[in-house]
Amino acid sequence: MQIRLDIKRRKSAADTPYLQSVSYLFDDINETVATALTKINRGGYKDTDGRAVTAVEWECSCLQKKCGACAMVIGGVPRLACDTKLSLFQKAGFVRIEPLRKFPVVSDLTVDRSIMFKNLRDISLWLDEELSADEKSVDTAYDASRCLQCGCCLEVCPNFYAGGKFYGMAAGIPASKLLAQLDKGKRKALAKQYDKHFYSGCGKSLSCKDICPAGIETDALMVNSNALAVFKRLFK
Amino acid sequence: MSRVIIIGAGLSGLSAAITLAKAGRRSALVSLQPSERAQSVLAEGGINAALDTMGENDSADEHFNDTMRGGVFLASEAAVRALTSHAPETVMWLSSLGVPFNMKDGKIIQRNFGGQKKKRTAFAKSSTGKMIMTSLIDEARKYEDKGLIERFAHHEFIRLIIDNGECVGAVVRDRYSGKSAGISGVVLLACGGMNGIFPEMTTGTTQNSGDAAATAFVQGVTLSNTEMLQYHPTTIGISGKRCLVTEAARGEGGRLYIMRGDERYYFMEDRFPDLKNLSPRDVVAREMFFVRREFGGEVFLDMTGLDEEVWKSKLPDLREEIKSYLSIDPKDTPVPVKEGIHYFMGGIYTDINHRTSMQGLYASGECTSLYHGANRLGGNSMLGAVYGGRAAAEDIVKNTADDGKNDEISFAIDDAGNFGEPASDELILKIRDILLDAMGIVRNESTLDNALERLDRLSAERGYNDRENARFAVARAMLMSAKERRESRGAHYREDFPERDDSFKKATVAQYKNGKVSITFKALDERGEENADKT
Ligand SMILES: Cc1cc2nc3c(=O)[nH]c(=O)nc-3n(C[C@H](O)[C@H](O)[C@H](O)COP(=O)(O)OP(=O)(O)OC[C@H]3O[C@@H](n4cnc5c(N)ncnc54)[C@H](O)[C@@H]3O)c2cc1C
Ligand code: SF4
Ligand code: SF4
Ligand code: FES
Repeated sequence: MQIRLDIKRRKSAADTPYLQSVSYLFDDINETVATALTKINRGGYKDTDGRAVTAVEWECSCLQKKCGACAMVIGGVPRLACDTKLSLFQKAGFVRIEPLRKFPVVSDLTVDRSIMFKNLRDISLWLDEELSADEKSVDTAYDASRCLQCGCCLEVCPNFYAGGKFYGMAAGIPASKLLAQLDKGKRKALAKQYDKHFYSGCGKSLSCKDICPAGIETDALMVNSNALAVFKRLFK
Repeated sequence: MSRVIIIGAGLSGLSAAITLAKAGRRSALVSLQPSERAQSVLAEGGINAALDTMGENDSADEHFNDTMRGGVFLASEAAVRALTSHAPETVMWLSSLGVPFNMKDGKIIQRNFGGQKKKRTAFAKSSTGKMIMTSLIDEARKYEDKGLIERFAHHEFIRLIIDNGECVGAVVRDRYSGKSAGISGVVLLACGGMNGIFPEMTTGTTQNSGDAAATAFVQGVTLSNTEMLQYHPTTIGISGKRCLVTEAARGEGGRLYIMRGDERYYFMEDRFPDLKNLSPRDVVAREMFFVRREFGGEVFLDMTGLDEEVWKSKLPDLREEIKSYLSIDPKDTPVPVKEGIHYFMGGIYTDINHRTSMQGLYASGECTSLYHGANRLGGNSMLGAVYGGRAAAEDIVKNTADDGKNDEISFAIDDAGNFGEPASDELILKIRDILLDAMGIVRNESTLDNALERLDRLSAERGYNDRENARFAVARAMLMSAKERRESRGAHYREDFPERDDSFKKATVAQYKNGKVSITFKALDERGEENADKT
């Protein structure tokens, strides 16, 4: 099988990006974009104009969709490169591979997602005191803890931009863990942050709903958190 | 000394940073990628501690005995005693940080895991590592906010700074800007297992390149038991790596078989009637090798007998994974499995307080060789990483002081200098292939000698950079240790010496001096018994 990979490239943020097209052969229908990038980076590939393809910068770690490192825009949709099979684009005969657009580019497909971690610090997402384990919140805490901090949901969100006051689902989901686990009294400070940086800015269009590569049911968690953090406070 | 420099932000690095911060000590937490991407998030099955919540009369003593037996008596007793006796408080600490362990009637539920007869493994469905990591990351964030933990989360360890034989800091490079900084302080290596020595053949992450431990080795830090590679018996081949099928699948009732004529032969149940499918990993992996040699064909993991409730509440992720990678539903169809490199029992040599052979340098987590002897029990490595990180931090707090100097870290150096250049992919794969030929599940002296010769020839081919030379050194250490250990023990099985021989009940110790690797043996209690039961 053969496919043309159109990879968006630039050496550094200061350079003008260009598309480099590589004609790529593969024979396993389960082969992923991550594998293609790894093989191309081992060298020996030429692009369709006959120029040598230098190593494409990108990030990966687990290769089994559990760490969020390899998020990029593939075929126009934010996804994990290690969870995107080339055969998906077999019919079209080509696929475009670009970096996430909401974050500053470092080089090629690598972007700097530091803002996501800064935002979590900003909403004071931590426990001030130890918890006593509680069976009731186990399922919610589990689902919310699965967030990979990959940034795919931010990519499609009409209201998120790096540096803005609205922190998006990537902050909303982790917050819902502690909101579910904390007692009412201790929930207040976090609830306030949640309201300020998530609830009040979210248009609830749910563009982000089916994007999450971890398969987190974002809407269900949000309903839960909104009830705990916002409505209970308003109607108390 | 000022801040502590922690290389690695997985379970072990995070646990250490939090423990230091609680004691008011500052740390620089350095990792190639953020904690969310560390290998620790992949751990599925669970973490061991004799919490005794299942009415089986479990105890720390039995956990100690199982760990020693599983490791075939190659671990230091004092270290394992400390590990197992502190296991319950370690797991309860994690629970108090909000880890959503599976619970019933207000108690943490525990499951069976390989090599242990009692239900001792606490778990959070099938993502225990991810759950623990999320809670530790939240906890670390609190201290980041207080300025006690400073994160460098796209930063690479380049080399140790050594003054008169003592480690006084580390050179670190920002992967994004390409600029480096020299940071001074006590260093803790928590850089994970050496997967990168075996690309595509391990169940771990590509991030753990092995460069950090290899560099430390050629800078004079002692390694030990590097011949002890754990092959996990049940992995499936997916794009670019081996993907683990958790041991919990067998803990919940999964059975291994091979076709013998037209019938399914459940060989573990037949040949190991005591622990059956839950025998220690080395036993299972070796038996799979032998039955394949005997009957031909593939070994299958039969999980069709597990009921719906188990899939839903205990193994939901596993089922999804197999479906998406292999396009089969394990609920209806047995899954073909093969062994893959899963854990490095060997690594940086430390005493029971996690001090390495070099003054000023500590190590904890999978990069060390302290707790697991010749074979690690499932569920003991997360425990070793978390407990080890805390124990190292406690020793640092006790024995070093912060001078309070606020020397800011500035990444300004353009050329990192020695060890700055990466190893070439081509060489990495060549060394891997030489190692794989000799360091498999079944070994013997002639293939080991042959591999050493091939390494010599390869290293004479051209000049190599520092990291490439460090790789050669680690590869030699592995092969030479495997050669010198002329017995079979745990993960190390020698066809030419198939019996255990207790004159080898010692750690292999690898040292690098003047460009040469040497192997000696060290008695187990030399790790230091005196602080065995510190609390
Ligand atoms: C698929 C899988 C399943 C597992 N399941 C279980 C289980 O059920 N129970 C159990 O007990 N154990 C399990 N384990 C093993 C266990 O997860 C690991 O041993 C443990 O998490 C290791 O933690 P760590 O902190 O030592 O290292 P890691 O989590 O590997 O972290 C290493 C850190 O070092 C950093 N690093 C590495 N090199 C450099 C460098 N050069 N410069 C800067 N930073 C660097 C990395 O960025 C990372 O932050 C499993 C392992 C795998 C792969
Ligand atoms: S629901 Fe809409 S506004 Fe809210 S986080 Fe998702 S995409 Fe953004
Ligand atoms: S919510 Fe989903 S898409 Fe968003 S960062 Fe987390 S894992 Fe990624
Ligand atoms: S490499 Fe971890 S999600 Fe793709």
